[in-house]
Amino acid sequence: MAFASKSPWVIHYDGSSCNGCDIEVLATLCPGFDGERFGVVNTGNPKHADIFLVTGSVNEQNIGVVREIYDQMLEPKVVVACGICACTGGVFHDCYNVIGGVDKAIPVDVYAPGCAVRPEQIIDAVVAGVAKLDEKSAALAAAKKGA
Amino acid sequence: MEFSFGLIGFLIVFPLIVAAALLFVRQEGPRRVIVCVSGVVIALASVVLVVMNLGASCTLFAFESMAIDFICTGISVAIAAVIVWFAVRYKNLWAAVLAGVQVVGTLILEFMFSHGIEVPYGLYFDSLSLLMTFIIGVVGSGICIYALGYMEDFQAHEPEGAPDRRPMFFALMFVFLSAMYVIVFSNNMEWMFTGWEVTTLCSFLLIGYTRTEEAIANAFRQIIMNLAGGIGFLVALWCCALTVGTFSFYEFLVIGQNNPALTTLAVTALAFAGITKAAQMPFQTWLLGAMVAPTPTSALLHSSTMVKAGVFLLVKLAPVLHVSPAPAVMVMLVGGITFALCSFMAISQSNAKRVLAYSTIANLGLITACAGVGTAEAVWAACFLILFHAIAKSLLFLCVGTAEHHIGSRDIESMDLLFDRMPRLARFMMLGIMCMFIAPFGMLLAKWATLVSFVDTRQVALIIILAFGSAATFMFWAKWLGKLSGIAGEPENVEITVKPTEWAALLLMACLLVLACVFLPFISGTLVEPYVASVYGMLGQDIATDNLWLASICTVIVVAVLFAGLGTKQKSRRANVYLAGISRDNDSRAFQNSLSGTTEATTRNWYMESVFGEARIAPVGVAFNTLIMAAAFVVAIIAGPMGF
Amino acid sequence: MTLLTTLIGTLLFAVAGPVIGCLLAGLDRIISARMQGRVGPPLLQPYYDVRKLFEKERVSVNSVEGVYVACALLFALIAGGIFYSGGNLLLCVFVITLSSLFFIMAAYSTRSPYAEVGAARETLQVMSYEPMVLLMAVAFFQAAGSFDVAEVFQLNHPIICTIWLVFLGVLFILTIKLRKSPFDLSMSHHAHQEIVRGMTTEMSGPTLGMVEIMHWCENVLFLGWIGMFFLWANPVSILVAVVIVLLVYFLEIWIDNNFARVKWQFMFKSAWLVALIAGGVNVAFLAFL
Repeated sequence: MAFASKSPWVIHYDGSSCNGCDIEVLATLCPGFDGERFGVVNTGNPKHADIFLVTGSVNEQNIGVVREIYDQMLEPKVVVACGICACTGGVFHDCYNVIGGVDKAIPVDVYAPGCAVRPEQIIDAVVAGVAKLDEKSAALAAAKKGA
Repeated sequence: MEFSFGLIGFLIVFPLIVAAALLFVRQEGPRRVIVCVSGVVIALASVVLVVMNLGASCTLFAFESMAIDFICTGISVAIAAVIVWFAVRYKNLWAAVLAGVQVVGTLILEFMFSHGIEVPYGLYFDSLSLLMTFIIGVVGSGICIYALGYMEDFQAHEPEGAPDRRPMFFALMFVFLSAMYVIVFSNNMEWMFTGWEVTTLCSFLLIGYTRTEEAIANAFRQIIMNLAGGIGFLVALWCCALTVGTFSFYEFLVIGQNNPALTTLAVTALAFAGITKAAQMPFQTWLLGAMVAPTPTSALLHSSTMVKAGVFLLVKLAPVLHVSPAPAVMVMLVGGITFALCSFMAISQSNAKRVLAYSTIANLGLITACAGVGTAEAVWAACFLILFHAIAKSLLFLCVGTAEHHIGSRDIESMDLLFDRMPRLARFMMLGIMCMFIAPFGMLLAKWATLVSFVDTRQVALIIILAFGSAATFMFWAKWLGKLSGIAGEPENVEITVKPTEWAALLLMACLLVLACVFLPFISGTLVEPYVASVYGMLGQDIATDNLWLASICTVIVVAVLFAGLGTKQKSRRANVYLAGISRDNDSRAFQNSLSGTTEATTRNWYMESVFGEARIAPVGVAFNTLIMAAAFVVAIIAGPMGF
Repeated sequence: MTLLTTLIGTLLFAVAGPVIGCLLAGLDRIISARMQGRVGPPLLQPYYDVRKLFEKERVSVNSVEGVYVACALLFALIAGGIFYSGGNLLLCVFVITLSSLFFIMAAYSTRSPYAEVGAARETLQVMSYEPMVLLMAVAFFQAAGSFDVAEVFQLNHPIICTIWLVFLGVLFILTIKLRKSPFDLSMSHHAHQEIVRGMTTEMSGPTLGMVEIMHWCENVLFLGWIGMFFLWANPVSILVAVVIVLLVYFLEIWIDNNFARVKWQFMFKSAWLVALIAGGVNVAFLAFL
């Protein structure tokens, strides 16, 4: 049985954006939506996290940071791009320093568009991410057995 | 018994012969052979003596010699002459005055009062002296062997053309051993006093070894304090001559137990001598100053000799202290306060040797407090504190000495990453540190027994002192341990050039430590309990033997982990350390800062200067303990038969 | 005999400790959520978390961290075994301190700036609560006549009657030992008041899972210390002790949710002051009267 889906710990990073999605992510974890009902815990440390929530686009300055956080997360891991900026670059897409969506830096598993992305949508995306997490977890277990 | 007697004589005389030989050997090769061979011989002789007499109660030897009496007096005069010569040369008035007082006192005592007093049984041993024999013989000669390699490096670090005083150094080390044997085997208190003064002089010369200004100043501080203690011993001898009427230590203790009023002043004076030698506050500064000497000296002073002579005397006095309130309160409070305050001050130190020095003083304080409590349980605890402290401290000093030569600093902050830079040494050091402060190792079991004995005797002040002191002990050792255990990158291994003699000594101490910890219940049964039983007629072990074996099992686990479990090849994927942002060079913990520059993340340990600084704490202890000792002497003089 | 009972006790504690600790942790999270106006996770959430951690990839920053943590867990289990098999209270205290030391070394060994801050703080925490813990053991001896925990079942009245002051002191430092705010300096359950994650910053996957299990076991042990105060030679007393332990646990959760973290100066000074007054006065009182 895979337990990854029962305890998705998230880490949250805000790239270059207006901060609207950032605030929505935190709102999702607040009592009103109570992410902890599903075992969601907001960690401050990539080494403890399973799901990487990125808001905002990737630019020349932060691409290294996004990559490093992703690299430091343990397998199995899932990336959720929250908000249209994280998905494609959004209104900032043709800024001089913006590279584009998060998928320009790291592989993205779930896209949650919106400006700003609604908490309901974030929860939906996390649920979709959790399914992926279970798949990856099963694959990892199979690889372990095979090895 | 004949053979044991011969061994005792051998142990006292042989190191002197070796010392004389070493004085004239200037080449490294022959010196190495002499030191190694005689070190092994002394250790073996000590072990044989101990093993042959396991479980022995007090055994007195009929041995009397006018010649030795005169030799002792001669040595006392010679010591005074040497001190006065140095005092004149370096213009130190106090040392000269004290040495003068001492020699005059000794001569008057010898030629006016002591004629009628005969000590038919000049030598003795009991299980406590055997325990000390083991420590002096094995740990002491281990340190001498270690010193070979160390002093070679030391001389190499000296400036070009510096005089080579090593013959003197090694000779003094062996004289030290001999003097210690004199102290632990002499039943004649005058002989013991001579041994006592010889250790004082030897440590004076060893501390001043480098002849730098600081070394000379610290050497004189040591000699002044210990001469004061020596005068305390002399006062006790006078009391013995005038009121008690015996110089036999054994008889003195028996009389003291039966008629405490008669011996109160003598016991107070002897306890004072023990307190100075054991560097209890307010005399702690001499031991702190002694660190200027080469590290083997510190190891010898701290672990097997010198300070151990002080606590040995106090522990011997314990049964008398048990029935004489004035000196007992003095010894208890001085020891207890020293334990707590020195543990506190150790937190504020970053110099490794200074931390070790404070920890030594603190542990000696605990032993002193145990002696002051004076029950069978407390003496049991004190014996084990002496044993474990001797082994663990010598291991630690030797480790710090070697580390200092290879990393160029004795600062704890510089020992960062030692786990990889000097892998074997770091593990030895970690073992030594753990033994000093954490269960299941012996030192903590002894502390446990100490606590139980304090509770049994309702010493509330000491219980509280022990509780807070132990907590502070945890702090300063744990943060040092943490510094040692750090791992980052792949630093260069710098321990390849450590001398084989150094490794041999380190390995010896580490093995002794582990064996002593694991077989603690066995040592209790064969060495410590016989002594306690012979003195008190009851057993002193207050911890169920099963619990001790449980601790032994835990010890084995910890040691196995430390030496076998750590440092194996990493099986899991190796990750970088989290540096919150972009790391530039993860091995050196460097990250990209907010101006796109590179910053290295460094941490220093906590020293809590504002809470535990020396300037805040030391004066309190000095003032308090001075008052206590003054009060104890006043009470002893009024209450004792010397009172008018 | 003691060796055998301790071994059996340790084995039983190795099974029961984590189970009870896990349920308590789940309860903690639900109650905390309710205090914050939330629904909270399922009761078994801590179990799911740990199972997930053991499913994760094995990654570490060095080869020794995991060994240290395993030792810390092992000694926490032995300490629990000693206590719940009615063994020596002082030995239990010493062994759990050894466990803390291994945990501290695990954090130091990573040489991560965040973990080192956590480790230094944990060292300070140990120094802060240690006097009170030792004085608790001493007071226990004075009240029960032995260091053996099993002795409480021979008493005519619970030890709380004579050492209630010590109990209050222990209650104070219990907040530190359970890693509850305001004294959760070295590692916190709550990300919002944390420098990354304190001691566990570099621990991940199965290693972190072991830390969680150790934390559960420690909680069960410390709450056992609380229960010990209310036991006497009457089977009903076990029920009383369980009820009081639950009340105390609720109190700690309430404190956790209502106080912001304090600075180390306040924690250290207040803990020592409490130990001196609560422990010292009570021990002195029992010794002299």
